Amino acid sequence: MIKNADQIFVLLQHWIMSFFPSVLQPIVGVLLAVVTIICVFPALFAIAVLLERKGLGRMQNRFGPNRVGPLGILQPVADGLKSLTKEDIVPTSADAVVHFLAPVFLVVVVFMGYAVLPMGRNMTLVNMDAGLLFFFAMGASTELSVFMAGWSSRNKYSLLGAMRAVAQMISYEVPLLLSSLVVVMMTGSMNLGRIVDAQNQYSWGLPHWYIFTPWGFAAFLLYAIATTAESNRSPFDLPEGESELVAGYFTEYSGFKFALFFLGEYVGMLSVSGLGTTLFLGGWSAPFSFLTWVPSWIWFFGKVMMSICVFIWLRGTLPRMRQDQLMNFAWKFVLPLSLLNVFVAALWRFLGDGWARWGVCSAILLVAYFVMAKVGMKSEHFGPRSYRYAE
Amino acid sequence: MTIVFYVIAAITVAGALAAMLLKNTVHCALALTVAFAGLAIQFLELDAQFAGFAQILVYIGAVAILVVFAILLTRGSETPKEGVFSKTWLAGLAIAAMVFAVLSWAVLNSTSSLPGDSPKPTVSVLEIGNALMGRYVLPLEIVAVLLTSALIGAVIVAKHEKGSAK
Repeated sequence: MIKNADQIFVLLQHWIMSFFPSVLQPIVGVLLAVVTIICVFPALFAIAVLLERKGLGRMQNRFGPNRVGPLGILQPVADGLKSLTKEDIVPTSADAVVHFLAPVFLVVVVFMGYAVLPMGRNMTLVNMDAGLLFFFAMGASTELSVFMAGWSSRNKYSLLGAMRAVAQMISYEVPLLLSSLVVVMMTGSMNLGRIVDAQNQYSWGLPHWYIFTPWGFAAFLLYAIATTAESNRSPFDLPEGESELVAGYFTEYSGFKFALFFLGEYVGMLSVSGLGTTLFLGGWSAPFSFLTWVPSWIWFFGKVMMSICVFIWLRGTLPRMRQDQLMNFAWKFVLPLSLLNVFVAALWRFLGDGWARWGVCSAILLVAYFVMAKVGMKSEHFGPRSYRYAE
Repeated sequence: MTIVFYVIAAITVAGALAAMLLKNTVHCALALTVAFAGLAIQFLELDAQFAGFAQILVYIGAVAILVVFAILLTRGSETPKEGVFSKTWLAGLAIAAMVFAVLSWAVLNSTSSLPGDSPKPTVSVLEIGNALMGRYVLPLEIVAVLLTSALIGAVIVAKHEKGSAK
């Protein structure tokens, strides 16, 4: 019974496949999985948007949406209908073809990333050896669509937003790859399924997740910073900073194309959360050995939604960074730390089992963190806080 | 040679041709990206996963963006009025023809030196990794040190500029 609950989607897929002749079965199976992904993640997107508006409202001491349906939970439906029925405006001077292709390209590329994510036991669409590489290849392609959107709109705000976004995404892609590299070094595989299997072990009832090691914890924090910047979320949301650039690279988009950009941003956020879960938080494995009876997909989606909550929390808490602060942070703080973390991971590997490596690796990372923070703060010349107007 | 090969080849060649023939420089860069993507799919069609994804990651994710940045930051993406052909187009044509001749000679020769209908070699990512860490570890390490020092160098250059500006 419990085993069936764990495998319910796999069993369902096989049951539907059994209605078709055996020649068609592989195609039908893949189609079913693809359709499921294309349905489930926009549904999660709706939930995430509602959660974000409600949560931000809570943090900013207001109600948030509360008119459509009980407690406002039907707000995403209303938003979807609204964006479907709105007029699709293309500026006269815009490059119509590129302007049309940009949101389509973004959504296609963002959904491709899900192909390799293990969403539960036996629930991977394509279980390939180069899974991680595929995910990052797809992630890197989104930059192009951002540029296409910004350039084709023929609007200075769009172009500025696109330039900012692309510069930011390129800068943070280096620490993103370096922080994930550590996991590949430890597992010895780029196959995401094997990365989860390596973490799905328990000693004294506690899991062997990579986040519970010094290098894994550091890599997770660096990964979280880099992905927040990659998905253009606050505090790294300069490319779409309302106070400066209206809406950044998608200023000139309206109606459903705007909704597609919105969808692309949130689905991208969900997919990087899924990858972070897979790499550092044990994927679909349970947090305690006595909870392994809970279906694996509940853990995966639970962890992803928790990560989304952290994203929302960050957005409600931190102010937007300045462009130079953003670049300095990437190249002078995050990048050196992630490079150091690669060395620390290698050291961890060669120090062998025992408690010595815990002490040595944690000490190196902590000392590096504090020294770099100190040096960075000193060069910024931060003095005591002074108030000009609000005394 | 399957029908998939011909479709991908047609897309790749069309992208490359568009990259040469289009008037707008940014359109050319985007068409070039189509050619890159076609090549990547061609690699995947040949079961070379690593090469295919590395092609997407490096060429579409980085090189295309770099090209586009170079176009936007150097001069306007507008077409120059005096036309896009330079005066030395004849010499350029000759050089292009020679390069094409050498390349096609090399490609045609390489097929004759291989046994005719050899089955597709299946090289998994694991094998590539093992080869890089075993037989080719020295070149890999040299490249790694070079790239890491370039990375650190970039950080130091950025730091220095900030210090002297103040």
